[in-house]
Amino acid sequence: MIDFELEPQVLNQLKMYHMVSEQMMRPISRDCDEHEHQKPTQFYESMWAASAAAADIQIGHDKSKKPDASKPAAPRRANLLTVLSTEELCWGDAGLYLSTPNPGLGGAAVMAAGTPDQKERFLKRFKEGKPKWGAMAITEPGFGSDSSAVATTATRDGDNWVLDGTKIFVTAGQMAAEKSDGFVVVWATVDRSAGRAGIKPFIVEHNTPGMSVTRVENKLGIRASDTAMIVLDNCRIPLDQILGSAEVRKEGGFKDVMATFDATRPIVAAMALGVGRAALDFVRDFLKQQNVAIRYGISPRRLTAVERDFMEMEVQLQAARLLTWRAAWMLDTGKRNSLEASMAKAKAGLAVTLITQKAVELLGPLGYSRKILVEKWMRDAKINDIFEGTQQINMIIIARRILNYSSKELN
Amino acid sequence: MIDFELSEEQQMIRDSVGAFARDEIRPAARPADESGAIPAPLVAKAWQFGFVSGAIPEKFGGGGDARSAVTGAIVAEELGFGDLSIAIHVLAPRLFAYPIVDMGTDDQRAKYLKRFSGADFAAATAAVMEPRFDFDLSALQVSARRDGGGFVLNGAKCYVPLAAESDSMLVYAATDAAKGFAGVDGFIVPRAAAGVTVSEREKNMGLKALATYELTLKDCRVGADARVGGDKGIDFSRLMSQSRVAFAALGVGVMNAAFEYARDYAKERKAFGVPIATKQAIAFILADMAIEIDAARLLVWEAAFKLDKGGDGLRESYLAKNYVAQSALKLTDNGVQVLGGHGYIREHPVEMWLRNARGFSAIDGIATV
Repeated sequence: MIDFELEPQVLNQLKMYHMVSEQMMRPISRDCDEHEHQKPTQFYESMWAASAAAADIQIGHDKSKKPDASKPAAPRRANLLTVLSTEELCWGDAGLYLSTPNPGLGGAAVMAAGTPDQKERFLKRFKEGKPKWGAMAITEPGFGSDSSAVATTATRDGDNWVLDGTKIFVTAGQMAAEKSDGFVVVWATVDRSAGRAGIKPFIVEHNTPGMSVTRVENKLGIRASDTAMIVLDNCRIPLDQILGSAEVRKEGGFKDVMATFDATRPIVAAMALGVGRAALDFVRDFLKQQNVAIRYGISPRRLTAVERDFMEMEVQLQAARLLTWRAAWMLDTGKRNSLEASMAKAKAGLAVTLITQKAVELLGPLGYSRKILVEKWMRDAKINDIFEGTQQINMIIIARRILNYSSKELN
Repeated sequence: MIDFELSEEQQMIRDSVGAFARDEIRPAARPADESGAIPAPLVAKAWQFGFVSGAIPEKFGGGGDARSAVTGAIVAEELGFGDLSIAIHVLAPRLFAYPIVDMGTDDQRAKYLKRFSGADFAAATAAVMEPRFDFDLSALQVSARRDGGGFVLNGAKCYVPLAAESDSMLVYAATDAAKGFAGVDGFIVPRAAAGVTVSEREKNMGLKALATYELTLKDCRVGADARVGGDKGIDFSRLMSQSRVAFAALGVGVMNAAFEYARDYAKERKAFGVPIATKQAIAFILADMAIEIDAARLLVWEAAFKLDKGGDGLRESYLAKNYVAQSALKLTDNGVQVLGGHGYIREHPVEMWLRNARGFSAIDGIATV
């Protein structure tokens, strides 16, 4: 039954996240933006302490959990709760959100493609000890969107896989690979001649010999989050650190990458929502202070340009939010959501890019100043239109689905 | 708790209305647009669905179904997918009936609702819009002045659907212009009343199958019992929120019609040896259309949901309707564009949908859920 209401418990939970945003993120937001590679260790410690208590990593389809037939199945909503909390935290600061110690996308890959044993071995650490990070390494200098072009190789050598190649744009790569007891999920090919089918995810533990962080990028936004280049040079890992099967099948490992995206794209969409809402809330409060009313219900022909712009921002954000909720809800209810996840991501990435740009415009000289955070949000927002599949890649995915075309037919 | 699943009943309603729209309304749409007339058998068939009588209480001869704006939006979308003119025509009696169901006095319900329980389409309507550039629902210029026991109505209305066919209509007028929405009342006015003039049928760019009229009220006197809800009056703001939800839902249907047609055409039509849909320039347009349809539908459902929960839904319905007004225009324009020169020819329906969709930014208040 159609329902758009969040129940009180969820709203209370979100209030908690909002407090984290307000009290732990916003105060250091500007400073972390201005000093890109400075590590807010105090923030990491606090977030680690807070999340260790609540840590229950559930992203995507968790096939390992069998329903208990003796109990009535409680509706699963881990993914919905994740997008809700992500929006709330990115309202605080998207860069800090990305730099928060947690399993990250690496964890998502383990959840999506790992065995129960692997989940236990690699994810347990996030409930104990010091702050840790997980990361995912797909992109390479030679490709971005075309993830079938993976050139990093994984070669079987006795009881090891040997990884060789260069990965770039690894979010939290430095923290996961070198600065904590984390891990990096590296996508590599076991058979280049097999194309997509040969591409498999491998777990590389922190400080594994042969893995090194050779560069940390300077970026337009989300500067609190490190974006690393990781070189794998004769990097040996145990055989059982491949996620899923090593067998090269026609419909093989690439599906796992795609399954991961089904779960992570709504999260990235939710990140965008948080940044967009930050800008929208700021503009709303600002206009209120200036005694500029937003008059809902009057003739659209009597609206001022500012009212029109504000309402457009507001409705675009809400449209993106509903698409995002739907994509997450589908995952929770076991429906295939590739189309809807891409829709949410494409809509939210673009909408929030435009919303934050408009926010800078509406505030005039104030908006352009680094005294307030609106210009930062505009810079932060843009990444959501790029990573986890650019706007254009998501449009292609959507187009293929609605047209029922293969990647050969529409590329 | 967040849920995007229609109830089983809603799915059944969607499927049956959807089939009717696709199989019977759609084929009639182009001829109706050209001739300006909607075939009576089609209207009669729509009437049997109970779009109007279903939600009228049983004791007044209706089906006694619970009203839901969400379900109403689902129905409106399907009908809008079939044809916007025909959809507004078959739903028009609601404009008269529903405010009386929701806000009328018992006497008004007893007197005016029974006419909708018959087997034949009972034309009825409401006069909301006014022929002015700055027409504003919250600042009506048609006035109702108290005079003795009754009211005297003055002013001009436009886009009154089926005005010439309806015996009675609801006329919305400002009893207290300073109060905005709260100062508006609805009056039951017989078409034959002294001071009421129904114009020639209006000629519009789109919605050509829908008969709409201007209405002039010159010192038109009605009794106190003509005021919907008596002294309590009506909640005009809520009625207009319901109307926006209905319009927006109709718009989503039009968008979906344009999308499906353009999608199917693009898969058939070849250029340079391949279907044009295999070109990104076309595929991206279609992908964008698909996103916008879902976005708009969810905004509409959310606004409807707020209404069903008893909220005023003002902001949500206003934003959703304005969103649809823009995107329906964009999508139907895309529909024409994807078909290229063929889209401009009246053999294909896309140019009709573009003309119809332009109406969403101009028209308010003549549909309801």
